[in-house]
Amino acid sequence: MQNTILKVKNLNVELEGEKILEGISFEVKEGEVLAILGPNGAGKTVLLKTLLSLFPYQGEIEWKEGVEIGYVPQRLPFIKDMPLSVREFFDLGKIPVSETQRILKSIGLDERILQKKIGDLSSGQFQRILIGWALSSNPQVLLFDEPLTGIDIEGQETVYSLLEKLKRDKNLTILFVTHELSIVYSLADRIICLNKRLLCSGVPREALTPERIADLYSGQVKFYQHRHTE
Amino acid sequence: MTGQFIFSLVSGIFIGGAAGYLGSLMLSKRMALAAGPLGHLALPGVALALIYGFDISLGAFPFVILGVVLIWLLERKTKLPMEALTAVVFATGVAIAFFFLPIDQAEAALVGDIAKIQLHEVIYSVILSLIIFVTCQKIYSPMALINVSEDLARSKRINVSKYNLVYLLLVALIVSLGVKVVGGLLTAAIVAIPAASARNFSRNLAQYKALSLSIGMISAAVGIALSWVTLLPAGPLIIVVSALIFLISVIFFKRK
Repeated sequence: MQNTILKVKNLNVELEGEKILEGISFEVKEGEVLAILGPNGAGKTVLLKTLLSLFPYQGEIEWKEGVEIGYVPQRLPFIKDMPLSVREFFDLGKIPVSETQRILKSIGLDERILQKKIGDLSSGQFQRILIGWALSSNPQVLLFDEPLTGIDIEGQETVYSLLEKLKRDKNLTILFVTHELSIVYSLADRIICLNKRLLCSGVPREALTPERIADLYSGQVKFYQHRHTE
Repeated sequence: MTGQFIFSLVSGIFIGGAAGYLGSLMLSKRMALAAGPLGHLALPGVALALIYGFDISLGAFPFVILGVVLIWLLERKTKLPMEALTAVVFATGVAIAFFFLPIDQAEAALVGDIAKIQLHEVIYSVILSLIIFVTCQKIYSPMALINVSEDLARSKRINVSKYNLVYLLLVALIVSLGVKVVGGLLTAAIVAIPAASARNFSRNLAQYKALSLSIGMISAAVGIALSWVTLLPAGPLIIVVSALIFLISVIFFKRK
């Protein structure tokens, strides 16, 4: 019924001699919201970046022809090294002024924010700006790395409802990496879990049994240690 | 006498401005100090230029290019931290230069000697500074995006390696020119200090760029003028002036 927008077959990624992903295969349908789950170091972010062709890989990644992809990275620690207003950040992405209004509206922010310095934004505001940036190319697909991590509670709510709205209004296909199970249940149509290899896939309520969760994260002490690594 | 003053003033202002402008990109790439090792690496070339009586920048350039190529290759091929390279290059440049640097001319090599600049040097300094400025302006937006996030830049199909290479060539040019004005020891300062001050004063990128450029020019102009009056070397005076501007910017930043 729905068209396939992404087909991944036997994907292998090796970085600096270390195998990060092994034999990953899955498909995504148009308009689907797919959550990618797994412990720290499982290769979730690498998977997203590989889908964007940012890393070399073996295997097949087949996007539907002519598909436009928007990418929302996890964190931009270096952006504060430079005085930059929101308007100028949009300029760096060559986003025309005429587009900006439409984007701001869709991410629920006021035009006054354009004059603000990026460094002065709240974490939630900044996350929404990043989403707006990714939406500027009118993508059919949004790749989203940890939408809620590092964002204050209030910001999490706005980002969450924005994602819901995008899913509802724009029929966007969304692939997101996350640790937060709550947003998986409420937002994702399907999940895949991985830890180097694909461990499960399916509808969240069926695929994510308590045993599976325990299995996925068990023995992963470092997951609970709250490590601040990339 | 006045002609000589105008020569050094004009070339100083152009080189200082271009250095400040390019420095604003280097600072946001966390690479402002890379001009340090490059300046040091230039010293053997400067020493050769002094011995055989050709232009200091010309002598410096091949050595700086060597350093730039090293940095570029290392950035592309490995994840080796810049500091490792920096530490090695820094010391090697100085060490080799001291084997044959004529001691009576050491000051010119170490802290620059713009007071004796010749007309033809003024002309090519101005032209090269303009080329650096214009090229830098062309690559500024993509480079700024690369500095923020290479992944974002790549997702916008920006050729990161290509821009990095152009940028590093500009760095090599400015270091070679800078060696003439402030010497091998102080080149890092003419690119780093104006941009650091500008960052404190600025609320956005447009201000940051404009201020880096103008603080670079003003520091050079005031430094060279002071040198003319006090007979102290211009290079160190330029750096002291820009350091004073930096102090003011810190106070300003705290109030903001």
